[in-house]
Amino acid sequence: MSSLRSITLATLAKDIRLEWGSKDALNSMLFFSLLVVVIFSFSFDPNAEESRQIAGGLIWVAFLFAAVVALNQTWSRELRNQVLDAYRVSPAPANALFLAKALGNFLLVSILEGLMAPLFIIFYNLRALGPAWQLMPVALLGTWALVVNGTFFAAVSLRTRSREIMLPLLLFPISIPAVQSMVEATRIILAGDGSARFWIVLLLTYDVVFTTACLALFETVLQAE
Amino acid sequence: MKRVLPILSVLTALLLAYAFYQATWVAPTERTMGDVQRIFYYHVPSAWTAFILFLINLVASVIYLIRRNTKADAVALVSAEVGVVFCTVVLVTGPIWARPVWGIWWTWDIRLTTTLVLWLIYVSYLVLRRFSDSSQTPKLAAVLAIFGALDVPLVYFSIWFFRTQHPQPVIGGGGSIDPRMLHVLLINWLAFSCLALLICCFRYRLEMLQREVQEAEAMESLSDVSGSVIQVPKPASPPNKVAR
Repeated sequence: MSSLRSITLATLAKDIRLEWGSKDALNSMLFFSLLVVVIFSFSFDPNAEESRQIAGGLIWVAFLFAAVVALNQTWSRELRNQVLDAYRVSPAPANALFLAKALGNFLLVSILEGLMAPLFIIFYNLRALGPAWQLMPVALLGTWALVVNGTFFAAVSLRTRSREIMLPLLLFPISIPAVQSMVEATRIILAGDGSARFWIVLLLTYDVVFTTACLALFETVLQAE
Repeated sequence: MKRVLPILSVLTALLLAYAFYQATWVAPTERTMGDVQRIFYYHVPSAWTAFILFLINLVASVIYLIRRNTKADAVALVSAEVGVVFCTVVLVTGPIWARPVWGIWWTWDIRLTTTLVLWLIYVSYLVLRRFSDSSQTPKLAAVLAIFGALDVPLVYFSIWFFRTQHPQPVIGGGGSIDPRMLHVLLINWLAFSCLALLICCFRYRLEMLQREVQEAEAMESLSDVSGSVIQVPKPASPPNKVAR
């Protein structure tokens, strides 16, 4: 157990250091989601009430697309110089690698959300009519839902032709219930339209189910070569 | 298997013809919907057949992951392909019926949405199989099938809740069905299941033959270079410590 933790932390620290050095993923994600926000804002031009109804969908679609940008880079970095092969033959547990990558992506997407949320509030004139603190668990659970499956399917699509296209094709159908929960919960909280509890519980269930599945099956995917 | 297939083909053709006759002429006309209701005899059996095929795909995928049995993988591939075809029939015939009866082509009803998501998942499954050409495709596809199976109940719950919040046109559930209609429906289902089984058998044989051909080609190209030294790619040297 301690080896799992230390290897996870070591890999995570390595990834953070690499990302801090280049900031490739973060910059491209930031600019990408900024573009999405501006284009959506042009195309809909909503008033305050409409904004509350549609903002949940816009925000999460923007983050979903942006997350794909980061997720695609997760493993491609390890392909250079056969780093992934080295992982495969090393005695380190495969799940340590997976957890490190998923946590790294989670951190990255969370930073993105933290930076982009104020922009959304400004552009769409948002003010939550429901309990705003509930947006926090929605954001955390929702981000993990996207990232855990995203990291997993990025590893699956490594073995395919045109893998950059493959990732969204695999990830989006599986993510439909998660995206719907995030969007609905956000809409309910923003519009003060009843309780978002069901959606938060559904998100939590989704997270638990798929985190378990990813951890159970990641070794199979990693060893597939 | 070679001897069974012609018999199954004839049986399926006869059954389909009989089922068509039953659905078109024998089944009573529905009182409010009229003849358009007869699409039900194609729509519902296709749906049941598709769901059974997807279930077979899941079971075969799990068996493949445990046993690494190539036959199980072929069964998984075949059932997914045929399942997507039947599911497409469901998604096409549904709106054709819904337009005159509900007045709309589509609604985000629980069954419609779950079927659509199931179809999307299995299309992505087939895309993965098509785009991945390594020998590891079966493993990756089997993993995806398990993920898809985990996803479906969650989709079902999310739409179930969504629907209770936003009432939609009521689907023809809950009511009782004329026993003659049920009889025709079951005959049609039997015919469609036979058709699915027949297509699966042919497709399975084709898949096995294709694999044999591929294997033979690989062996041939190996024996072509057997005179010279076969180059084995050098594996990356294992690191002493975990990469930091």
